[in-house]
Amino acid sequence: MSSTGAKENSGIFQPPTALDKRLDSGFVWLTRLFALGIAVLLLWIAFQVAKDALPAIQAFGLGFIFQSAWNPVTNQFGVLPQIYGTLVTAFIALLIAVPVGVGTAVILSENFLPLKVRTILVFLVELLAAIPSVVYGIWGIFVVIPLLRSTLGAWLYSWFGWFPLFSTPLAGPGILPASLVLAIMVLPIITAISRDALTSLPPDLRQASLGLGATRWETILQVLIPAAISGIVGGVMLALGRAMGETMAITMLIGNANTINTSLLAPGNTIASLLASQFAEASGLQVSALMYAALVLFILTLIVNIFADLIVQRVKRI
Amino acid sequence: MTRSYPEKDSSFDSSGLVRANFSSRTLFNNMMTGVAFLLAAMAVIPLFAVLIYVTVQGITSISPSVFVELPPPPMVEGGGFGNAILGTVMMVGIGALISVPFGVMASIYLTEFSTGKVSRWVRFATNILSGVPSIIAGVFAYAAVVLTFTTLGWGSYSPIAGGIALSVLMLPIIVRTTDEALQLVPKDVRQAAVGLGATKFQTVWGVVLPAAVPAIVTGTTLAVARAAGETAPLLFTALFSQFWPQLWPPDAFLQPTASLAVLVYNFAIVPFKNQQQLAWAASLILVLLVLITSIITRYVTSRKA
Amino acid sequence: MRSNPKTNPQTVKSTDSVFQVRNANIYYGSFLAVRDVVMDIPRNQITAFIGPSGCGKSTLLRCFNRLNDLIDSFRLEGAITYNGRNLYDSNIDPVEVRRRIGMVFQKANPFPKSIYDNIAFGPRLNRYKGDMDELVERSLRGAALWDEVKDKLRQSGLSLSGGQQQRLCIARAIAVQPEVILMDEPCSALDPISTLRVEDLLHELKQQYTIIIVTHNMQQASRVSDRTAFFNVQLSEKGGRTGYLVEYDNTESIFQSPKEESTREYVSGRFG
Repeated sequence: MSSTGAKENSGIFQPPTALDKRLDSGFVWLTRLFALGIAVLLLWIAFQVAKDALPAIQAFGLGFIFQSAWNPVTNQFGVLPQIYGTLVTAFIALLIAVPVGVGTAVILSENFLPLKVRTILVFLVELLAAIPSVVYGIWGIFVVIPLLRSTLGAWLYSWFGWFPLFSTPLAGPGILPASLVLAIMVLPIITAISRDALTSLPPDLRQASLGLGATRWETILQVLIPAAISGIVGGVMLALGRAMGETMAITMLIGNANTINTSLLAPGNTIASLLASQFAEASGLQVSALMYAALVLFILTLIVNIFADLIVQRVKRI
Repeated sequence: MTRSYPEKDSSFDSSGLVRANFSSRTLFNNMMTGVAFLLAAMAVIPLFAVLIYVTVQGITSISPSVFVELPPPPMVEGGGFGNAILGTVMMVGIGALISVPFGVMASIYLTEFSTGKVSRWVRFATNILSGVPSIIAGVFAYAAVVLTFTTLGWGSYSPIAGGIALSVLMLPIIVRTTDEALQLVPKDVRQAAVGLGATKFQTVWGVVLPAAVPAIVTGTTLAVARAAGETAPLLFTALFSQFWPQLWPPDAFLQPTASLAVLVYNFAIVPFKNQQQLAWAASLILVLLVLITSIITRYVTSRKA
Repeated sequence: MRSNPKTNPQTVKSTDSVFQVRNANIYYGSFLAVRDVVMDIPRNQITAFIGPSGCGKSTLLRCFNRLNDLIDSFRLEGAITYNGRNLYDSNIDPVEVRRRIGMVFQKANPFPKSIYDNIAFGPRLNRYKGDMDELVERSLRGAALWDEVKDKLRQSGLSLSGGQQQRLCIARAIAVQPEVILMDEPCSALDPISTLRVEDLLHELKQQYTIIIVTHNMQQASRVSDRTAFFNVQLSEKGGRTGYLVEYDNTESIFQSPKEESTREYVSGRFG
C-alpha cells in the first residue's frame, strides 16, 4: 500500500482509546471474579452451614455422630440412625444399580443392537435421570410400596423372616422401597459413565482379544471391562454421592423413623430425609443440630465426589 | 541360536471348526447376552412404568381450572394450582437471572482468559458443586437468606430464598454447557477477530459468544427444566402457600410461595383424594416439562451434529 | 478345481495350500471393496500382500480369520476355504477359526495386563491344561522376547517399548498354537532395528506356521516373503475404490520379472 493510503487510514481508524483498554481489562477482571465466585460459593456453603451448626457442635461434639437420640423436646440430638440409613440405602441401591447399569452400558457400547436403537436407548436412560425426584416419590408411594408389600416384601418376610434383615413385615414405607427407587435414580449415572469408559477404549483391544479366539463375552468380561474399570468405578462413586444426597424420593418412601432397624422392611431415615422432614418446623437448638447433620452429609458427599471426580478426570486424560 | 516353539498337532484336521452349539463357552456366551439384555430391559422398564402411570393418573385429574385456581382444602372438589405454577415460574426465573450471567461470565473466563491452573481448579469446583446434594443447597439458602431476612425484619420464607437455592443447582449445569460450547468455537474465529484489531471484549462479545449462543440456550433450558422439578431446596426456603404469590410492594417476593414440586410432595402424603389428584396433575406437568425440553434439546443438538 | 491363471503351478501343490480363495468379492453394504480374488496360500511359507493404499489387502487379510464379521455391513461372495472347509459356511464357529488363525495388528495392542497375563490370556480361554509358566516362556522365546522380559513378567505389557510390544503380541498369538498367523503391517509403527528383529523372527516362525503379511514396504516383502501378491485399486464409475488382485507369484518373479506392467511400475517405485 502506498504511503498516502496509510496516512488516510490513520485518519479513519482510531487506535484503541484508554477507555477501550480500561473496558477490556475490566471485562477480563469481571469474568475472573465470576469464575472464582464458583469456588467461593462452594466455600461459602461449607462456611455458612458450619457456622450455624456451631451451637450444636459445641453442645454434642463428635458424639453427635454416634448418638441415636433425636428428641427436640429434651434437646438430645444424634444422627447415628440417619448415617446408618444413608449408607444402607445407598449400598442397596448400588447393589442393584451397578450390575444393571454396567450391563446396560455393555449393551449400549457393543453392537448387539443397530446404532439407531442404541441411540434411542441412550436417550431413554438419560430421561430416567431427568424425571424429578418428587415424581419418583409419588410413584413410589402409589405403585412401588403396594407392589412390594404384596410380592417381594411379603415373600422375603415369610421365607427369610428368621433372618434379621427381613425380620419385620413391610407395613408401608421402609428402607427396601426407598432403596429400590434410589437404585432407579442413580442407574443413569452408572450407565452413562460406564458407557463412556467402554466406548473410549481403543478398538484394537477388542480385535486383539477376538483374534486370539475369545468369544464376545470373554472379550467383554476379561478384556474390556478390566480395561475400563477405573472409569466404571468413578461412575459408581458419583452414583454413591448422588445416592447419599438424594432427598425427596427417600423422604417420601423411607418412613422417617429415627431409630436403627436391622430389618430392611422396616422404616428408617437418612440425613437428607431428616433435613427435609424437620427443617421447616424446627427452632432453637434443633435448627443448629439439623445444620450439624447437614454438615455431616456435606462432608460425606464431598469426600465421595472428590474421589469420583479425580478418578473420572484421570480416565478422561488417558 | 536355538529356539523352541509351541508344539502343534501336525494333522490339519478342520472338523473342529464347526460351531459346537452346546459347548460350555458358546452356552456361556449366549447366556450372558441374554442376561445383559435382561439388565438393559430392567433399566428401561421403570422409565415407562413411571411415564405411563403418571400420564394415566395425571390426565384424568387435569382440567383447565387447575391452571388458574387455588389449591382446595381437604375433601373439597375442584381447585387447582395456579399459584404453584406462578411460584415455580418466579423462582426458576430468579434462579436463571442469577445463574445464567454468573455461569456464562465464569465460563468465558475459563475458556478465553484463564491460565491452565486456575481453570482446572474452577472446573473442579464446578464438578464438586454439581455433586452437592440439592437439600444442602436448601440448607445454605435457609442459613444465608431466610435467617438474614428474619433478622432484618423482612419476613422469613420467600421466593427469593427459593430462587437463590435453585441458582446454586443451576449454576454448574450452565457453566459446564457454556464451557463446552465455547471450547467448540474454532480457534481461527478468534484469531480472525484479533487479527482485525478487535479487543478481547469485542472478540468474545461480538464473535465467540454469538457462535455459542445455541448451546448456551440449550444448557439454560436443561437447567430450567431440572430446577422446575427440584423440591428439596424449596421445602424450607420458599415453603408453601395456599394463596397467590405477592407481586406488589410492600410484600413483593417476601412471602412464603407455592411451587409445583412442593405441591406434589405436600399433596402426595395426605390421605385426601382430591389433593392427591392435584399432585398427580402437577407431576404430569413436571414430567411433560422435562420430557419436552429433553426431546427438543436432543433434537437441536443432534441436528447440529 | 480351477487354477488361477497367474499362479505358477510348479511351486504350489494344490494339496499343500492352507487357504484357497475362489472368486471372492468383498462388500461393505453395496460398496464393492475387493473383487474377483482367486489365490492359494501355501503351507509353511510367507505370503506377502503388497499394493497401494486402499487396494483392499488388509480387508482381504481380515477375511481369513473372519475378523470382518465385526463390521455389520460386511458381506463376502465366493468362497475362502481353509484346509478344504469353507470358512464362511453357516455352521463354522468364527471363535474357533480365530483361535487357529492368529493375528498380529499394525499397531501393537497388548492388553492392559501383565506380560505374563497377556500371553496366558488365550491359553486360559481354551482351558490349557499344561504348565502355563512353561508355555509362557516357550511363547516368549518363540517371539525372541524372553531374554528381555524374563525378569519382569508381572509388569504391564504397556511398559515395554514399541518393538517389544509388537513381539509380545506375536508371542501372545503363538501361545494359542495357531496354524496360521496373519500380520497386518506389523512393522509400520516400528523403528528400523525393531523391524529387522521382527523380520528375523518371521524367518524362524516360518518353519512352524503359515504366515500372511500385509506390508507397505516393498523391501520388506522382498526380504521376508516366499510368495507375493500385488493388489491394485480401480476407480469405479460411482467414484468408489475397488481393489483387485493383479499378480500373484513367487517373490523373485514379482520383483524381477513381473508379468504385468502395473506390477513392474509399483515394485520399481514408480507409483503408489
